[in-house]
Amino acid sequence: MKDKTLLLIAIVTLALALLPLGFESNVVLNFLAFAMIITLAAQGWNVLGGFGGQFSFGHAAFFGTGAYGMALLQVRFGVNAWLAMPIAIALGAAVGYAIGFLSFRARLRGSYFALVTLAFAEVFRISANVWSFTGGAAGVLVPLKLDPWNMQFADKRLGYWLALALVALVLLITHRLRESRFGAQLIAIRENEDAARALGADALAVKLKAIALSGGITAAAGSLYTQKFLYLDATLAYGPWISVEALLAPIIGGIGTIFGPLLGAFLLLGLGEVTKTFFANLLGGARPGADLVVFGVLLILCVAFAPRGVLGLLARLRGRGA
Amino acid sequence: MSPLLRIEGLTKRFGGLLAVDDACLQVEAGSITGLIGPNGAGKTTLFTMIAGFAEPTQGEVFYKGERITELPTHVRTMRGIARTFQIVQPFAGLTVRENIAVGAHLRHRARADALAKAEEVAVQVGLEPLLDRPAHALTVAGRKRLELARALATEPQLLLLDEVLAGLNPSEIRDMIPVVRGIRDSGVTILIVEHVMQAVMSLCDTVYVLAEGRMIAAGPPADVARNQRVIEAYLGQGAAARLRDGAAHA
Amino acid sequence: MLKLDIFLSALANGLMTGAVYALIALGLTLVYGVLHIINFAHGAMLTAAMFAVFICHAWLGIDPYLAVFILTPLFFGLGYAIQRLVISPASHGDDSNILLVTLGLSIIIENGLLMGFRSDTRSIDVPYGFSVIEIGNLFLSTPKVIAFVAAFVVAGLLGLLLVRTDTGKAIRAVAKERTGAALSGIDVEHIYAVTFGIGAACLAIAACLLMPTFLVNPRAGNAFVLVAFTIVVLGGMGSIGGALIGGLIIGVVESLSGLYFGESLGQIGIFLIFILVLLFRPTGLFGAKA
Repeated sequence: MKDKTLLLIAIVTLALALLPLGFESNVVLNFLAFAMIITLAAQGWNVLGGFGGQFSFGHAAFFGTGAYGMALLQVRFGVNAWLAMPIAIALGAAVGYAIGFLSFRARLRGSYFALVTLAFAEVFRISANVWSFTGGAAGVLVPLKLDPWNMQFADKRLGYWLALALVALVLLITHRLRESRFGAQLIAIRENEDAARALGADALAVKLKAIALSGGITAAAGSLYTQKFLYLDATLAYGPWISVEALLAPIIGGIGTIFGPLLGAFLLLGLGEVTKTFFANLLGGARPGADLVVFGVLLILCVAFAPRGVLGLLARLRGRGA
Repeated sequence: MSPLLRIEGLTKRFGGLLAVDDACLQVEAGSITGLIGPNGAGKTTLFTMIAGFAEPTQGEVFYKGERITELPTHVRTMRGIARTFQIVQPFAGLTVRENIAVGAHLRHRARADALAKAEEVAVQVGLEPLLDRPAHALTVAGRKRLELARALATEPQLLLLDEVLAGLNPSEIRDMIPVVRGIRDSGVTILIVEHVMQAVMSLCDTVYVLAEGRMIAAGPPADVARNQRVIEAYLGQGAAARLRDGAAHA
Repeated sequence: MLKLDIFLSALANGLMTGAVYALIALGLTLVYGVLHIINFAHGAMLTAAMFAVFICHAWLGIDPYLAVFILTPLFFGLGYAIQRLVISPASHGDDSNILLVTLGLSIIIENGLLMGFRSDTRSIDVPYGFSVIEIGNLFLSTPKVIAFVAAFVVAGLLGLLLVRTDTGKAIRAVAKERTGAALSGIDVEHIYAVTFGIGAACLAIAACLLMPTFLVNPRAGNAFVLVAFTIVVLGGMGSIGGALIGGLIIGVVESLSGLYFGESLGQIGIFLIFILVLLFRPTGLFGAKA
């Protein structure tokens, strides 16, 4: 059983790695790279929300911290990109720990936790928008210096592979999580916090560990975003839409599963492209917002009919077929 | 030898209501000790304070001679005190095996060890055939056993049972009693809270009776069952006298 | 002297905006108090109501203050239908599901409006839009004064409805003890939907009062949603009087901190209040102890 998951991770990673060898299309490469960034952000959300049952509406706080950390370390302090990335990830984990410390100690759960994380993300967004250190409303521009030493690649496939490597690493981390005491206690807390405490789980410590890990992973997505687009502003980094996408992907793909966020990110972005093309070509003119309406409908349908997302639906169909 | 668990003057006040008033109790190592009382006597409140889910307004809890009054629940579990819940609290989305493994993880870091321990405990409480069932699919009796199994998997020295027999039918109770005895025989001390008297009487070495928040009697089950105050607490004022008169007339 | 005038007019403005905030929060707190759910789509529903006012005025030539009599029942019906047909069946009664479903609704409404109206900001042009009432050295915008008075009238009517009518009594019964209410023959699902409908109706009224002085675009509701949540937690979840006072406080805080610290920092102030109340006094300033 254990080996099967590991094997599957290897196969999926390899398949994704081979994808860009077939073609040179920039559109497809951009799509793939972006899908990896969303996957990472969603994997971060899934650790806390999927395995831990703590639904955050403010993962933009971690994404943005990773993104700004990456940009500002390079621009303001001249730190090399390869060193800046782990620091940015650590910053995201620290922000996660801090938000978790305040919220979990105050015993915020469910809707209250969701709202307070959203408010934290908004405080970050507005602060980044007015503070001169973060570039204010004008944002930050990372100078273009194409060189692998700067984590800026002339060959876009390298950037994609780097992102894929991080995604694969997180797949392994979540796999390990499920096989560990920490993971078992985290899932137990999701199912019933009092019972988990009675069985010796230090609920606060476990949740703090989870939100720090979650924040770090989502911050990695933010730092990749910075290196890919070399430009940031407060809405791009800390905007509410990031938080929504981070939770949509796992919920649609399969909440609390290893591959859910990855599948969900591809489904979301793919569906987004299809909707946009549909409106642009068939209905005579692009309609901004159409893809997001589809996402909203999908979210409600998933909650109503597929509580374990597409992966859960597949498992159920297979169970019925067998 | 000092008792394994000792509580002294434990008091819990909710606003103006005195739920538990100056309660004292001792649990000797290796015994099954019962805590009984009519509904609303404060048993569950006393129980939650011993388990660390509520802090007493006054009084102390000692375990192995050490004061543990303010220790958080998970630390008590670590030291060897496990509890079950009166209203069963399974991890509904997990299988029976995974449920028990959460408890087993306390002393077994590796997944494989925890799962092996879970299986071993399942055999002990008779859940072995249901190991791969989802917990939400269990019957009430199955869930009570699962509560027991999870608590046992933490390898406790003192097991606190909160009405594990309540809600079971007579034949299920008959099946459960040897399981509880077996646990004691394996070396685990048990404090059992019940409001059904008969089952407890046959299980316990010592019984404490709580009524309206106060400890009104303690001793071997046979003595306690004859105690006038206990009979009155259960059956109402004057019941003991009526029973005696009834016996005299007969 | 001038400084005092500016302060007083900021204060008055804050109070007047706060009254409309309170009206928006009223619906949210009522829904929370009865259904114990957080309606994340509240802001988007407000945006939809503001667009409805816009359509009434721009396309049908109906004055906002008349539109209130059409839109209030219309939004009541919409709210009723949304709760009965979408939120309740889709969420299976689970709290986090409700949060996700209402999040989904807010995404659909917001972006549906974006599809229909693009992201342009719109306003309506009414003859009294810039008229003012003069009190001493204070110049108060007439539509805002109307909104201020109307918000209190609506809150009062809502209070009467809850206390005097059978439906109101049923709503309070369900809020207090759902199972007991169901056992005594109250159709709980119906009462839930009615409550949600009332919440939506409050938004329609707020939209009619807002539009003469506010702008609307598909994202306009976002600015209100956290403000409304802040008012609700500040006033104590489920408390109508709390929402009213909370609304006024937030209106004044926003207006004064905007005056002294600039607009964006004023907004941060609101979020910080929100966070601090949730962390340290989740029952609100006026709420009963949990």
